[in-house]
Amino acid sequence: MTERAGFWGYRRPDGRVGVRNHVLVVPTVICASVVCDRICEVRPADIVSLPHLAGCGQLGPDMHTTHDTLAAYCRHPNVGAVLVVALGCEQVIGEMLADAARDAGKPVEIIAIQDEGGTLRTIGRGRQMAERMAAALAGVPREWCDVTSLVLSLKCGGSDYTSGLASNPALGRVADRLVDLGGAVVLGEIAEIMGAEHLLAARASQPDVGRRLLRVIDRVEAEAMALGLDIRGTQPSPGNIRGGLTTIEEKSLGATHKGGERTPVVDVVPYAGAVTKPGLTVMDTPGLDVESVTGMVGGGAQIVVFTTGLGTPTGNPIAPVIKITGNARTAQRMGDNIDLDVSGILADTESIDGAADRLFAEVLAVASGKFAAAEVLRHREFAIHRRNPTI
Amino acid sequence: MKPALLISSRDNVATALEPLEAGREIEIGGQRVRVLELIPSGHKIALADIATGEPVVKYGSPIGTATGVICAGAHVHTHNVASARGRGDLSRAPVPPEAGVRLAEPADADVPVPAPAAARAGRRTS
Repeated sequence: MTERAGFWGYRRPDGRVGVRNHVLVVPTVICASVVCDRICEVRPADIVSLPHLAGCGQLGPDMHTTHDTLAAYCRHPNVGAVLVVALGCEQVIGEMLADAARDAGKPVEIIAIQDEGGTLRTIGRGRQMAERMAAALAGVPREWCDVTSLVLSLKCGGSDYTSGLASNPALGRVADRLVDLGGAVVLGEIAEIMGAEHLLAARASQPDVGRRLLRVIDRVEAEAMALGLDIRGTQPSPGNIRGGLTTIEEKSLGATHKGGERTPVVDVVPYAGAVTKPGLTVMDTPGLDVESVTGMVGGGAQIVVFTTGLGTPTGNPIAPVIKITGNARTAQRMGDNIDLDVSGILADTESIDGAADRLFAEVLAVASGKFAAAEVLRHREFAIHRRNPTI
Repeated sequence: MKPALLISSRDNVATALEPLEAGREIEIGGQRVRVLELIPSGHKIALADIATGEPVVKYGSPIGTATGVICAGAHVHTHNVASARGRGDLSRAPVPPEAGVRLAEPADADVPVPAPAAARAGRRTS
């Protein structure tokens, strides 16, 4: 590459750069989720909601995770404006979510179903507000931005033997190149680092980062073991096992390839915690695809690259999720879900570097506005991680 | 396309890239292996005899231990390999941390650490 790699993005008042310009309609609580979905129907291409199951009946840590995740989406650079929809009696405080959006310099409105006087009035008023915001955002031009402003989420799901041999190594080379250029990448799914942590810990930028990584992995393994159950059948999943993966160690070693080969591990952050440093950040997320993607986008990732062997449709409400597969059969049979076919790596018709070239170009094209398959199909899955029972 | 892929020279298994029929002879990483039983595409074939309790190595790292003798050419999967990680079903007494294996753990309010899990020794291999 002779020129600096870049893309056409949206510069935000807080200095971050977005690759999309959504109006985000945020329910503070499950009770407002349907109203938010109905508000978005007025202009479904631009106005998106975050329907979720939480926001009340939660104790301490889970309550904080819910609030912090929703607030992170309100601040997210892929969001141009925010409408917060409260019920009125819930634990999550709508004004605090609105403040998060305001602090990031975004236009924000807030309404409450109990104040508006019911579902229909809230939908009507909410639609007016959201439409006005969308019309204002439609005039905002994209600007040329350097890749140093990109945070790329690295994800795999529905893994089979091709994931560790083809798609994850290709994504890993893209991660290395992006970090060489000054960008950031984030890797979640702690359970799927179990068995490969020695490789990542050896790349820690500071001893403290390596220690924090090993401690998070110890905690997740201890939690799994405290249930007194065999992790096999969950990790790897039945589909992973049919696909040839035998143990979590094998799955993890293949999965960790997507974190690159040389990129330093610079930080370990909690679920939906901000990714602030160039290099590889590890986030404490579960392996479940939607919860994991939800957390990494909350951390600031503008784009997710998601490798799959068996094929999976997962998207996100505000971030494009690019699907790549090294399995030729999946590329053919689930073509509507797959953005990039790298099965040539195993067929000996393409090198891993050649596939990485195509993937890097695809990431920049999607950053500049090209729709990923999950966006075309309106896959907008969103699920906030929780650890404790609802009370 | 190669019939099977060897990832690291330290590995004692290779990944079949097509179904490998019993009786077929294939060359992997400079050695010839006779296939003992059907290996489905994407599954693993043993390149050498692996004794009970020995590590099965792929990507240059252990992926589990052999639960019985695995002969060169045999199918290597959940029937003859056990994971060492996250096995809450095995009631093993906690293994005390080995010096130099586990790193010191300073207090960190953000990341609560429950009691150490059982059976840690030897998991970090480099």
